[in-house]
This record gives sequence, C-alpha cells and structure tokens, in this order.
Amino acid sequence: MVTSSDFGQFETAWCPGCGNHAILKAVKEALAGMDKQPRDVCLVSGIGQAAKTPHYMLCNLFNGLHGRALPVATGIKLANPGLDVIAESGDGCMYGEGGNHFLAAVRRNINLTLLVHNNQIYGLTKGQASPTTATGQTTKAQPHGAYSAPFAPLSTALSLGAGFVARGFSGMTEHLVSLIQTAVRHPGFALVDILQPCVSFNKVNTHSWYKERCTELDDSHDAGDWEAAMRLSMQWGETIPVGILYQNTDRGPFEGHFPQLEPGPLADNSPSLTTLESIMQTYA
Amino acid sequence: MDDITLCIGGEAGQGLDTMGQLLAKSLIRSGYEILVSQNYMSRIRGGHNTFSIRTCTSPLLGPGDEIHILAAFTQESIDLHQDQLAKRHLILTSEELGSKNTLDALLPVPFQQLTDQKILHNVAALGCLCGILGLLPDIGAGVVRSAFGSKDQDLAQKNLDAFHNGLNWVRERIEDAWHLPSVSPPESGSRLMLAASQAVALGAMSAGVNFCSFYPMTPATGVALNLAAHDQELGCVVEQAEDELSAVNMAVGASFAGAVPIVPTSGGGFALMGEGISLAGMTETPVTLVLAQRPGPATGLPTRTEQSDLELALYSGHGEFPRAVMAPGTPEECFYLTRKAVDLAQRYQTPTIVLTDQFLADSYRAVPAFDLHNLSPVAQPDTSAFPQDYVRFASTASGVSPRALPGYGPALVVADSDEHTQEGHITESGEVRTGMVDKRRRKEDGLRQETAAPEYSGPDSPDVLLLCWGSSKGAVMEAARICSESGMRVGTLHFSQVWPLDPAQFEDRLRQAGLVVAVESNAGAQFAALIRRQTGFAVQASILRYDGRPLSASYILPRLNPLIKEQTNGHEQ
Ligand SMILES: Cc1ncc(C[n+]2csc(CCOP(=O)(O)OP(=O)(O)O)c2C)c(N)n1
Ligand code: SF4
Repeated sequence: MVTSSDFGQFETAWCPGCGNHAILKAVKEALAGMDKQPRDVCLVSGIGQAAKTPHYMLCNLFNGLHGRALPVATGIKLANPGLDVIAESGDGCMYGEGGNHFLAAVRRNINLTLLVHNNQIYGLTKGQASPTTATGQTTKAQPHGAYSAPFAPLSTALSLGAGFVARGFSGMTEHLVSLIQTAVRHPGFALVDILQPCVSFNKVNTHSWYKERCTELDDSHDAGDWEAAMRLSMQWGETIPVGILYQNTDRGPFEGHFPQLEPGPLADNSPSLTTLESIMQTYA
Repeated sequence: MDDITLCIGGEAGQGLDTMGQLLAKSLIRSGYEILVSQNYMSRIRGGHNTFSIRTCTSPLLGPGDEIHILAAFTQESIDLHQDQLAKRHLILTSEELGSKNTLDALLPVPFQQLTDQKILHNVAALGCLCGILGLLPDIGAGVVRSAFGSKDQDLAQKNLDAFHNGLNWVRERIEDAWHLPSVSPPESGSRLMLAASQAVALGAMSAGVNFCSFYPMTPATGVALNLAAHDQELGCVVEQAEDELSAVNMAVGASFAGAVPIVPTSGGGFALMGEGISLAGMTETPVTLVLAQRPGPATGLPTRTEQSDLELALYSGHGEFPRAVMAPGTPEECFYLTRKAVDLAQRYQTPTIVLTDQFLADSYRAVPAFDLHNLSPVAQPDTSAFPQDYVRFASTASGVSPRALPGYGPALVVADSDEHTQEGHITESGEVRTGMVDKRRRKEDGLRQETAAPEYSGPDSPDVLLLCWGSSKGAVMEAARICSESGMRVGTLHFSQVWPLDPAQFEDRLRQAGLVVAVESNAGAQFAALIRRQTGFAVQASILRYDGRPLSASYILPRLNPLIKEQTNGHEQ
C-alpha cells in the first residue's frame, strides 16, 4: 500500500500560511489514496511559487519554463501514455503566459490532470496582478487598480468542450483530495482550478474571504448538465460553488487517436528496416 | 544534346509543380542527373512561378542559367524569360499565346485537342516534354501511373491518355535534335528524387525519430509533411502544435519521456523557440531542430532563399550550453547530417540544429537510394531500469550523465530549468552552479572532436580559396570549376558542419591560400565573421547575395574574376 509519505517530505520555501502547503498535502494524499507509485507519476510545472510543488515530492518531475508546463506535459504523455501526467502551476503561469497552451490542451483533450493554484496574484514576482485578479484591485504594479476583466478559466474550458471542469479550495483539503482523484481518473483533460490564499501579496482574497464564500456543490447538481455547469462557472460573489461542475467522457482522449502508440511507449518503438526500405522506395 | 535546362513557367494553381516533379522523376528513372530550382511568389493562385530542371548525363553542381526549353503557360512567362533563352531554344506553349520576337522557336500546342479537361493540360504538356527529350514512353507513363493510379483508376486512365496524346502529338512534329544522349535506365528503385525536406525526413526516419511537433512555416513544413505521410507505418507521432513555443517544449517533454524528436521551423519560428532550446540545454534533453532559412528580418521574403540565420542558430537561447549545428549542402548531405544531428543530440543530451534553406528545400536532385543496412548506428534512448538511488545529472569526465527514462524502473527522473544539483533539484549554491556549467561545457569538447572536417577541393595553396557553407556548395564549386578550366588556381572549402569548429581541421588551408573569399547568401558575411572569431583569420573578400535568389555560378563569376585578376597580378610583381 502506498502512503502519503512515499511521496516524500521536504522543507519548502513557501510562506507560513500559504495555500500551497495544503494543496501539496492534498496531491500526495490523493495519489497515495489511489495506490499510485511515485515511479508511475510525472509532475510537470512551469515557474512560480506553485510551480515549485514538484520539488517537494518524490516522483518523476519536469520543472520547465514559465507558461510551458502544458506543452511539456503533452509531449510526455504522447511519448509514454502509461505515465500519470499531472501539470501543476499558478494562475499566471497557466492562464497568462501559458494561455494559448491552456486553450490548446483543452481542445486536444489530452489525458492530463491540470491543477492550477489560483491565488489571483503573482506570488513569486512579488504581487503584480495576474489574469484572475479582480478588476479594480490595486497592487504595486497596478496602483490605480487592474483595468482588465478577470479571466474565467472554468467557463472558458467549458466553452471549449472540456470534459472535466472542477473548482477546489485549499482550505477544504479533504474535498480537494477527492476532486484530484476524480480528475486523475478522468480519461481526458481534467481541470481543477484551486482557490488558494497568498498571505504575502493578496490582501483581498484571503483565507477567510474564500472560506466565507466557497460552498460545496451538493447532489442536486447534475455534473452532466453543461448549461448548469456554465451558470455555476460564472457564479462568483457571496457564494462560490466548489466541486465538479462538469464531467463528460464522450470524447476519447487525444492520445487514443494514434494507433502508433498502441504497442507501448515511443522509446520501445523502432521501425523495421523493411518498413524503412519501403518508405524510401516511395521517393524512387 | 546534353545539359539542357527546362523551365516551366506560369501561374500558381496551374499544376506546374506536379508537372515539374513528374518530369524530374521521369528523368531520374531514365538515368539522367537533375537539379531543380523553383521560384514562386507568396500566393496560392496567380502570380508567376517557375519550376526549372537542369538535366545532364553527368552530375550537376548548380542550377542552369540559360533556358533551352521553356514550357510557358501564360503570356507573362514567355515575356519574362525572353532574355534568358539560349540561342537554340524551344518555347512550348498553348495556341492562344505567342511571342513578340519573331525569331523565337515557338511550338504552339493545341491542348484542347489533346485533352478535354483543362486540369489535364499539364499532363499533356508533360507528354510533349518527354517526347521532345526522347524519353522512353513507358517511363513517363509509369511515373504518371504511380502518381495518380493509387487514388482512382478512372482518373489514372484520363491522365495516361492526356500524357500519350501529348507525347504522340509532339513526336510527329519535332525532329530528334532535342533528344538527350541515350543512357541505360538504372535498376528500378536504385535512385531517389529528393530535395531537403524529403532528405531530412528520410534521414530522421532512418535515425529512429518518432516524434515531430511543428507549427507550419515555409520552407520548413515539408519535413513534417513527409513524416506525417508515413506516421503510422513508422510509429511516429506528428503533432501540429498551437505555436512554436509549444512545438519545441512538446518535443522536450516527449524526449524527456524517451521519444526521439525533430522540430522543423523557419527563422521566425526558430526565434520564438529560443527559450525552449535553452531549456533543452539546461535540462540536458536531446532535441533536434531543423531551421529552414528564408530571408528576414521578420516575415522577410517568405518564399525566397537566404543563409542569414547562421548567427540565430549559433546564439539562439540565453545562457551558455553546448550545441551542434549542421549545414548540409546537398540533399544527400541532408540525409546523413540529419542522422548525425539526431545521434549527437542523443549522445550529448543537448540541442542540435540542421540548417537548410528555401533553395535546398525546393532543389530536387537524383540521389542513389541509401543502403539502410550499412549505416552507422544512431544512439537511441536507454530503456534499462536504473536503480532507485539514480541521480539524473551525475558529474562525469565527459560531462554526459547516464540518462534514465521516467517509468522504466525504480529510478525517479528529475529535470529542472533552474540551476540544479546532481539530483536535479533547485540550488542557488555558487559552487554547484560553477560545477554544473563546467559539466555542460565539457560536452562541447566531445562534440568538437566529432565535428566533420570541411571538404576541400582544388590545388594546394591556391591563388584564391572560396569559403562557403551549407547550400551554396554547388554554385561555388561550379564557379571554381569554370575558373580552373581556364587555368586559374582556385580552391573551394565547404563546411557542412558550422558548430563546433575545430580550427586544426582547416586553418592551414586558409593561411596557405593567396586570397580567401567568403561566398554567402547574406549581407553580413556571417560565416566569415565566425571564422575570424574562432581563428583570428580575417577573410579578405566576400561575394554576398541577399536579393532572395540563390547563389549561382553566373552570379559569382563576374564578381570573382576581378578579384582573381588582382590577386594573380599581385603574384607577378
Ligand atoms: C518568460 C518569463 N517571464 C517572466 C518570468 C518571471 N516570473 C516568474 S514566476 C512569475 C509569475 C508567477 O505567477 P503565478 O503563475 O500566478 O504563480 P505564483 O507564484 O503566484 O504561484 C513570473 C512573471 C519568468 N520566469 N519567465
Ligand atoms: S508569496 Fe504568496 S504564493 Fe508565494 S509562498 Fe508566500 S504566500 Fe505562497
């Protein structure tokens, strides 16, 4: 049996009270709870405070460039679909610098789990507005308030045909564990946008701010109802719905479209000389 | 008649490219040498495009200058090429078109009579050209059948009819003066028709490449298309990424997990890939990029040629990391050097780059089929199970660390874009940093020892040495040959690998020549500057072309002759 401690225990560089701690704990518990071996998991991140998460875990990991976790994760999954690939980074990394990759990954429906630590601010670069910062919120870089409308990850993903869209909150760890597990089991692209306080730089969206608002979805919500999911995804105010907004497995995962992946990972594939000969002859 | 240049001219959308390719293939299957150069505008329909084939019984170096046979599909193509026509020439055209020059030898073809479908005019013209050149009808028909036969029998028959009608019509009207010297057709399948895109793709296939991520950009797209055409048989995943940033990062991810990747792009896309190339350098992930050059800056001349991205390839990516840069001069070199680039990337766990360009990408030639059984092996990812105490970036004398793949054993594989410890974890220690930089730099020493020596041809200590790299090889060698035939002492030094350089391989050649002239398709003599940085040797003169057109002997010679004269006068004093 795998336990949470099989995924390691490290000292982190995060501020005390930061939501990242709880998310890290939830990821480890989720994977251990599913009996995943560290060697079968590959965590991929970009750059930021959230993106350091893989370094605090024992498993395969690729900590790449700012914004580029999803392309790297896509490449890994295509090369070896047997690995459980989890992309994990901040809202700036995934929705800002990596925005185009986010759109493409949803559309591809590659079988990845995307965990976005959404603290509505840039943490590592010390508090500038992120794509999810509320309009009007002031920061040192936006002293007159952020002018842009905030990016809406859940409704954007839904509008692009995402098959799994969920919202979590770092303060509801047990619930988050089950969200992550369902996301990992989902055969296709699974987004879990995780609300998370940044105690150092986001003085508006604090732990208690989220706690007062985040409300678990109950059984009355049908996760197969796209229109209901769309309405919930846009609900952002006194109550913020948390849970699986939408799940649909109609579209097969992207990597399933490649018969060349059926025999196994690409590293084990090499064409025979006869095949190469016959291809070469098409140029004769 | 030997050494004939045929030029097919007309609008985009008239099927000239298909016709040119079929004719080129017929010539190759008949046993002749060919060299194709293409000229097209950045538009899908209209405009004026040409597909030129120089053909001969002996090997060809560069494109021809004079046109012997012009197959003109528009009035514009007759008018535009008037000045390039050889004294003895033939203009094959349709009945509605004509020439203002009464001396022109016109052959107006009644295409409507030969085929009732306008889209088959090109195949009828192909028949005419095969007849004019005296090719065996079976060979041309075989090429037409293999081009159309697999899709639809009815379509194939219509094409064959048009072909034969053209062939028969022309045979009754043209004497055999245009016939190429007869040669015996080679064994079927022994010769390939390849330009850079095909040759790079074949080289990649033969090297075990099984992952290609790309974002379309002329003239690089062909590499991906050639891999996509065979993806399932090959077991190769080809993915059109959302942009170049994704393409290169996807390849890095795939490679991390054990795929053997190739990423084709052109200058604009390569510029975007810089950060990802740097990532491959830092994470020591093998990745091979193909940079098919075209004129810049920015979008430049999208469908024309240039060799101006050498410095981009050399300095792409921030920070310091080892790389190898290949610059093949012919389709054959494209095959072998792509293999080598993939092999070096695998063995040194670092990015490697193959530089081609639009001229090479469109320049079909006859290449002997490769003996796939006797190629030197290319390194493949190690799929063994590494132990649990494995560390990814172990310091070694060569700088190369044993590379495990995730999921292949108890070893956990850790990679980081930040500076890292031998275990792969983030560090800010100055000592570890210095050690890691040194480790990565040691790989460059190994790479340097594997650099192919430049190819020299000519007399010892020539009066003039022409220095070139990449695709200008043929034009430069042809110019040198013409000079040598008139008694001048001219040598050529061609670099098919431009980084790392090993001065010991060529410095003497430079110092022993009377005058060294760099011949490059760029305005900055970028390679000459690199030579100076590496050796301190200052190339004395240069012949540069940057109007978007390929270098040719006829461009080089008038600029070279005064330099030679000056140089040889100097000798006599
Ligand atoms: C190309 C590039 N641009 C900018 C940066 C600097 N940078 C590092 S992290 C970061 C923002 C991180 O914000 P977010 O993704 O929200 O993560 P958080 O730190 O809040 O967890 C930026 C702009 C970088 N590393 N690379
Ligand atoms: S700066 Fe914010 S996001 Fe970063 S560790 Fe501190 S609290 Fe967490």
